[in-house]
Amino acid sequence: MILNMGPQHPSTHGVLRLLLEIDGETIVRLMPDIGYLHTGIEKTCEAKFYQQVVPLTDRIDYLCPLTNNLCYCLAVEKLLGLEIPPKAQWMRVLLNELTRINSHLVWLGTHAMDIGAVTVFLYCFREREDILRMFEMVSGQRMMTSYFRIGGLALEPPIGFFERVKVFVDQFPSKVDEYENLLTANPIWLKRTKGVAAISAEDAIQLGASGPTLRGSGVDFDLRRDMPYSSYDKFQFKVPVATEGDVFARYIIRVQELRESIAIIQQALAGMPEGRIKADAPKVVLPDREKMKTQMEALIYHFKIITEGFAVPEGEVYQAVESPRGEMAYYVVSDGTAKPYRVHMRSACLANMQLLPKMCEGHLIADVVAAIGSIDIVLGEIDR
Amino acid sequence: MPLAPAITNVDELKRHSALARLLAWNSAAVRGVKFVRDELSIYIDRSAIRNACSLLRDDSKCPFNYLSDVTCVDWYPTEPRFEVIYHLLSIPNRERVRLKVKLDGVSPVVDSVVPVWPSANFFEREVFDLFGVRFSGHPYLRRIQMPEDWEGHPLRKDYPVEGYS
Repeated sequence: MILNMGPQHPSTHGVLRLLLEIDGETIVRLMPDIGYLHTGIEKTCEAKFYQQVVPLTDRIDYLCPLTNNLCYCLAVEKLLGLEIPPKAQWMRVLLNELTRINSHLVWLGTHAMDIGAVTVFLYCFREREDILRMFEMVSGQRMMTSYFRIGGLALEPPIGFFERVKVFVDQFPSKVDEYENLLTANPIWLKRTKGVAAISAEDAIQLGASGPTLRGSGVDFDLRRDMPYSSYDKFQFKVPVATEGDVFARYIIRVQELRESIAIIQQALAGMPEGRIKADAPKVVLPDREKMKTQMEALIYHFKIITEGFAVPEGEVYQAVESPRGEMAYYVVSDGTAKPYRVHMRSACLANMQLLPKMCEGHLIADVVAAIGSIDIVLGEIDR
Repeated sequence: MPLAPAITNVDELKRHSALARLLAWNSAAVRGVKFVRDELSIYIDRSAIRNACSLLRDDSKCPFNYLSDVTCVDWYPTEPRFEVIYHLLSIPNRERVRLKVKLDGVSPVVDSVVPVWPSANFFEREVFDLFGVRFSGHPYLRRIQMPEDWEGHPLRKDYPVEGYS
């Protein structure tokens, strides 16, 4: 029998359609059908100036807009050969880890709710609200932040921001304990996750898995540590790895990543350098407001950047970052003009999605929901 | 920070194991090479791409065991028009390499690399859908993002972005 699941289905986390060929309760074949959210962002980018693409990158993935901002900015900065001041780099790391916590919290809450533990959802969204308020503090927006710009940051972090982050990181580990108390030893949770949707390391690599999904299968690879960007090499943190490759392994890795992210944020807070937040490149970076009121050149540069953009030297760059879901990468091709010739987003979710048939085929239909939750998909990123 | 000029001389780049391996295997398959901004691109002959990929994947010294991405760039109106781009990653050696294949605009066909990496499946379907590049040997070459009955390939440069044509 062929069973249609989605595109409107609460546990597909968006508009994902799955075609399930079933024999009784067992899945014989699973076919993901995607594209319901395709908006043609890659095409849209080609019609915008480089700096106008930044807000578009927010909209790819509503759970980690700052990671996408960062990845795109790093790619263009590499094309331009810009040097980013240390304070901006450290702020980027700090906010990126807050984004990771934010994304993992939404994942944990919805994943637990899919499997039947409703309480966790409310707990997770309580802490997520805190993080969104911090994003609002720095950027004025809760979700579509666009806070990272080509060449640095949009604004200085406001007064009281670091204190607020500090309060949050001090109390957050006890909240993670709360989630773990509800789930990690819960017999129902263990029954639904242990040994479910297992995938071997070899299959995970062959099928293009990345991020927690890859590490859950025992492959010790994290772009932050192994191919560092934005001064991640100056931070000490552990990369959690599990070998079972099942839903529980991916759960435990993400929970441990919550704690590691806190450790990174604490280091960033303790060692936050002083100095500028924008690169010294007047033709690329918008001038400070104060300068525009007093200096002719600043006003001219501002006018030029807004109306004509800035030319980027010819070339191509593939920049990958470790997003909460895996390897998020931007491939930007420039033809020497002020608009990108091609912007391609390598979506971690799209690749991770290819594991789904392997995870589910031959197993029970009730486990599909657990499997989808465990690879943490965001359809906006898959369809773009 | 001024940009270092691109290195395109094959002999200067032989220290990169991927290039050395490909040259030792079949130097006619390597159509060109470029090293700029710390990124290595190797142009591969269209007929050799699948073998080149499986060679790099199975290399014992530096196995490029992970396919990060497959995408395409349309250089309309120049010919050869399409560049299909493969981003390979070596998880044990933490290294990347970019393979490129040039395809003409009249019949853009290239061998699928799904037999080498099953992960290429969705990437190649996306390139087929949005650029109209066909991958021979692909198990299920259907549209993935656009509706099944869509006409045209939106990411081509000659695709109209406004009005009716």
